[in-house]
Amino acid sequence: MLDNLSSALKKSVKKIVASKRIDKRTVDELVKDLQRALIQADVRISLVKELSNRVRERALTEKLVLNPREHVIKILYEELIGILGKSVDIPLVPQKIMMVGLNGSGKTSSCAKLARYFQKKGLKPAVICADIYRPAASDQLKQLCARINVPFFDSNSCGQKDVIEIVKAGVKEFSRYDVLIIDTAGRHALESDMIDEIRRIGAEINPEQRLLVLDASIGQQASVQAKAFDEAIGITGIIITKMDGTAKGGGALSAVAETDSGIAFLGTGERVEDFERFEPDRFVSRLLGMGDIKSLIEIADESLDKDEIETTLKGKFTLNDLYAQLEALRKMGPFKKLMQMLPLGGMDLNIDDNVYQVTEDKLKRFRVIMDSMTQEERNEPKIIDGSRLRRIAIGAGASTAEVNELLKYHRMMQKLLKSLSSGRGRGKIPMLRGMPLKMMKNLK
Amino acid sequence: MFERLKKKLRSFTDTVSKTIEEKIVEKGKAAISGETILDEGDVKTPLEELELALLESDTALAVVEELIPRVKANLIGKKVSRREDTHEIVTDALKEALLEILSCNNFDFDEFVESSDKPVNITFVGINGTGKTTTIAKIAKRLFDAGYSVVIASADTYRAGATEQIEEHASRLGLKVIKHQYGADPAAVVYDAVKYAKANHKDVVLADTAGRMHTSVNLMEQLRKICRVTKPDMVLFVDEAIAGNDAVERAKRFDELIGIDASILTKVDMDVKGGAAISIAYSTSKPIIFMGTGQGYDDLEKFDPKKFVERLIGS
Ligand SMILES: Nc1nc2c(ncn2[C@@H]2O[C@H](COP(=O)(O)OP(=O)(O)OP(=O)(O)O)[C@@H](O)[C@H]2O)c(=O)[nH]1
Ligand SMILES: Nc1nc2c(ncn2[C@@H]2O[C@H](COP(=O)(O)OP(=O)(O)OP(=O)(O)O)[C@@H](O)[C@H]2O)c(=O)[nH]1
Ligand SMILES: [Mg+2]
Ligand SMILES: [Mg+2]
Repeated sequence: MLDNLSSALKKSVKKIVASKRIDKRTVDELVKDLQRALIQADVRISLVKELSNRVRERALTEKLVLNPREHVIKILYEELIGILGKSVDIPLVPQKIMMVGLNGSGKTSSCAKLARYFQKKGLKPAVICADIYRPAASDQLKQLCARINVPFFDSNSCGQKDVIEIVKAGVKEFSRYDVLIIDTAGRHALESDMIDEIRRIGAEINPEQRLLVLDASIGQQASVQAKAFDEAIGITGIIITKMDGTAKGGGALSAVAETDSGIAFLGTGERVEDFERFEPDRFVSRLLGMGDIKSLIEIADESLDKDEIETTLKGKFTLNDLYAQLEALRKMGPFKKLMQMLPLGGMDLNIDDNVYQVTEDKLKRFRVIMDSMTQEERNEPKIIDGSRLRRIAIGAGASTAEVNELLKYHRMMQKLLKSLSSGRGRGKIPMLRGMPLKMMKNLK
Repeated sequence: MFERLKKKLRSFTDTVSKTIEEKIVEKGKAAISGETILDEGDVKTPLEELELALLESDTALAVVEELIPRVKANLIGKKVSRREDTHEIVTDALKEALLEILSCNNFDFDEFVESSDKPVNITFVGINGTGKTTTIAKIAKRLFDAGYSVVIASADTYRAGATEQIEEHASRLGLKVIKHQYGADPAAVVYDAVKYAKANHKDVVLADTAGRMHTSVNLMEQLRKICRVTKPDMVLFVDEAIAGNDAVERAKRFDELIGIDASILTKVDMDVKGGAAISIAYSTSKPIIFMGTGQGYDDLEKFDPKKFVERLIGS
């Protein structure tokens, strides 16, 4: 659905791309679009308002180095990263970790995932079940622990019925293990007795980590709920689960803003391995439905003097360069998207769609083909005639058509670069601060 | 060429001034008879406030953006008594629109069970952790209390502890569970449960399926297979009131891929406004029939659209 957003944005951007200055109306229009993205991602409405005001203000005062749209996105991105901070680091040391959260958010699954995480890092984890309410809560956790060979403790292990007693006995039992993970029952903010229960567990065993497990799809209630947990035990980190669906996780972002903690891990599936370290920039890109914000920021931050641009463009573009460039592009993400982010509006470059369609497989094939070329051929592809072509093909185990494809691709790129360096492009040199430069830098 | 353009412009200004004149006349007439005609300006602020309220209640943006303009279009040009409060008029109009969404097809679960050939096969589907298993236990109790005999099919053969969970519920309620090994074909479990119900003259089969993401091609295909093989009389989609905008996407996908008959909204006790109900009903055009209001067996209420709209918008 957010793809629609970017097409709507494109339309409004088109209107204004010619004028390099950004005016209030433009900013308002763009901010409004971003507001939609934030609301749709479940960011708390009051936070959306706050963010919009900040972005609006900054957008009008800060220097414009990108398209207006990207300018505004960049600022919003920075604001969101500011809220999220860095990923919370759970140190690889002996400690106790208590998991809390709403019913069905994924606590029990995350206990097993976390145990597996520490196990892989060479620490000895053990798990305690402090959920005496949900039918078969113990069986669930026990089965998960058995799969990864992690010791497990519950009410049956000690014959206790009281949650505090069970946890106390478990901690004692596992005193020789490094990381103790305590699973608690699901609960919510309005259940004051249940909220009090985690407070008492916390007070009894003093866990170093109190992790709040949140479903990626949680809506406007996220901050209210997070606040209740935070006030009870002091949340030290958040795990967002079910990131493998379509939910964007804006609720979790609101929870971070509310609790002043940060996100540690993401659950990305039901299996024990479906567990990832949290990366703020990837998260924000996904939240806004834009896969390429980080490269955008890099582009904006990259500054190159004009001389460097000129020499790069004047230099000969050989097959070696092509390869280096393709590699660089692949690392940077979809070429087409990157091109769209730059102020190309007035330039009307008719870029062949094929330019964009370089798959990783094809890259590998190209590399193999180039390997069977001589240095001379790579520097001066023009000299490749029919007999050279056949020789290269045989040497690479490729068809002559494939070799031709590579050569054609090279010519296409060469043309593109030429048009960028020609008069048409030079008037709008800001774009050369951007992506092509980055790829050209890799040429040498 | 310019002549034609001029002419066009002329006729345009003519129509515009004519409508303005008409409006003034209308307004004048209305004023005399103690009425007023709503225009854009009258409804703007109240609608904006309501839009915000809907968003804050977790009604998905996509739904709000379709709903508000519709309500607005219906309101503008309407004659109302001068003494009426515009804000109230707008609120009422929105409530009406919400009610319409929530009360699609006027479906009654109890009637449905009563009038269907036995055994009735009811299959529960939804994404992970929304409350399917718990809701099945609640509905089983409800049906049991109403005098029906109930069999439960433990067709979540995947999630750790799933069988033990439903078995525990069933044993507390004194109900029969049909189960296979973990990893077994869930369709076969439901099939067996229906067979068992037929042989033993049971009235209702409640099939508990594993939670799954609507984005998982394989798992959705597995669910389609369950439905193909066991031909449920009713497929119930279970989602939680705590969900935000994603409610639209997953309800839509489940409905498209599986075909659902109605929905159940759980976790309504979690201090939520419950706009997810609107999102779900709107994107599936299927009624919401129950809501879960806690973890006890009796924490299940028949969904009452009117009450729910009041809760959502307040008065
Ligand atoms: N797709 C997906 N499913 C998940 C993820 N994490 C957990 N689940 C599933 O979500 C459901 C609920 O997970 P649990 O771990 O039982 O949740 P819980 O918080 O312990 O639940 P309660 O103890 O009842 O409060 C199960 O079906 C899990 O398999 C995830 O990252 N992705
Ligand atoms: N507060 C509250 N909790 C509920 C409600 N319905 C279910 N739950 C809780 O939500 C958690 C998950 O419920 P389950 O019934 O296991 O959910 P499920 O959809 O079967 O989960 P999976 O099979 O793992 O996909 C449990 O802790 C339930 O007790 C409700 O209406 N209110
Ligand atoms: Mg649990
Ligand atoms: Mg279940």
